[in-house]
Amino acid sequence: MKKDLISITDYTKEEYLRIMELAADFEKNPNQDLLKGKVVASLFFEPSTRTRLSFETAISRLGGRIIGFADVGSSSVTKGETLHDTIKMVSNYADLIVMRHPLEGAARYAAEISAVPVINAGDGANQHPTQTLLDMYSILKTQGTLDNLNIFMVGDLKYGRTVHSLLMAMSEFQNPIFNFIAPDELLLPEEYKMHLREKGIRYFEHREFTDIISAADIIYMTRVQKERFADPIEYEKVKNVYILRGKMLENTKSNVRILHPLPRVNEIHTDVDKNEKAYYFEQALNGIFTREAIIAYTLNLK
Amino acid sequence: MEEIIKKKLKVSAIRNGTVIDHIPARNLFKVITILGLDKIENQITFGTNLESEKLGSKAIIKVSDKYFEDDEINKIALIAPHAKLNIIHDYVVTEKKVVEIPSQIQGIVRCVNPKCITNNESITTKFTVVSKASLAMKCHYCEKITDQEHLHIL
Ligand SMILES: [Zn+2]
Repeated sequence: MKKDLISITDYTKEEYLRIMELAADFEKNPNQDLLKGKVVASLFFEPSTRTRLSFETAISRLGGRIIGFADVGSSSVTKGETLHDTIKMVSNYADLIVMRHPLEGAARYAAEISAVPVINAGDGANQHPTQTLLDMYSILKTQGTLDNLNIFMVGDLKYGRTVHSLLMAMSEFQNPIFNFIAPDELLLPEEYKMHLREKGIRYFEHREFTDIISAADIIYMTRVQKERFADPIEYEKVKNVYILRGKMLENTKSNVRILHPLPRVNEIHTDVDKNEKAYYFEQALNGIFTREAIIAYTLNLK
Repeated sequence: MEEIIKKKLKVSAIRNGTVIDHIPARNLFKVITILGLDKIENQITFGTNLESEKLGSKAIIKVSDKYFEDDEINKIALIAPHAKLNIIHDYVVTEKKVVEIPSQIQGIVRCVNPKCITNNESITTKFTVVSKASLAMKCHYCEKITDQEHLHIL
């Protein structure tokens, strides 16, 4: 059976750990010719330069060749070809499909059609599992463990898919504690809180972004996006409340690290960048190793 | 007794087959489509806009020489949750059944999410029922929940 990666919950805990192990190996030795003679389709039905470059770097470091498109403007999709037909065609050409699509569920559907494995590089607001695995790798690298961590999530917890996926994945590990900091308009959806309660995992919700972060091992920041708000006045009220500033880190634990899926807008002040607790740029680099690991695992090359 | 006779007059009795009662009148034709009754050769009689204390207005379908598998009949549970089946052999009711919401639903329902791939390309919808008490179905594709309030039958 082919190993697609569409949602973070497609992997078991053992598979998360296997990816972590492989990512560490690729970090030590990033250039490995495992994809020699193989073709990887990189299908970006909506532009996402950051994610595409990360994937294409990973593929290149593995010695693979890339076909595909960076946005629909240059593809047959603009001529009205269905996703079904595009995937049918491409899966005849390539050994693996990496795809990003603006519609939710598009990757799951593509995986059903495709004869070769599909890795989801984002389907609308639904899933972006490779981001979650690189977040986990960053956590493991900085904390030395994925167990017993106090994880603070800040900002848009309602629509932030990275937050939801990371929560699902980390809830598989020993004794996590979650602290959620969000405005009323952007609270974590009930289904995720229910999931935590069912697993007996402790969580706390806060409105204020204050010195409660002194207990944190990980502070996971997200963008508060204007388009999420029905009322622009509501956005104006909260947009500057959830900004992390250098001064706020004074009383935090020495091991705490700040993560952010990037790009940021203003939610992390630039005065945090030079703080040793800032980790978001290294986090992005970890994405290359993690994606190499996911590709190698998906194609049974390791 | 008189009541029973009156009811019998409304839709004539069948010798062998299945009677599906307590269908909301407005969903009669959807039930017919979902069960594929418009595509079979069996004798079918139905009555609709019959008085019902529970439903206000109900419909009843009698299908001769046809017995449904549970999987088949449970497909109508979303639009006729109170449906009752009478299995008839030689004019006698030999078994009574109620419908139950299945754990997987294919087709029948539209996904609530306008950004779901199933609402943008010709794909059969698929759901896993995560709650039967207060209906909640998780889309196999976009993973969003469709509930009773947003139920839209295709
Ligand atoms: Zn859907």
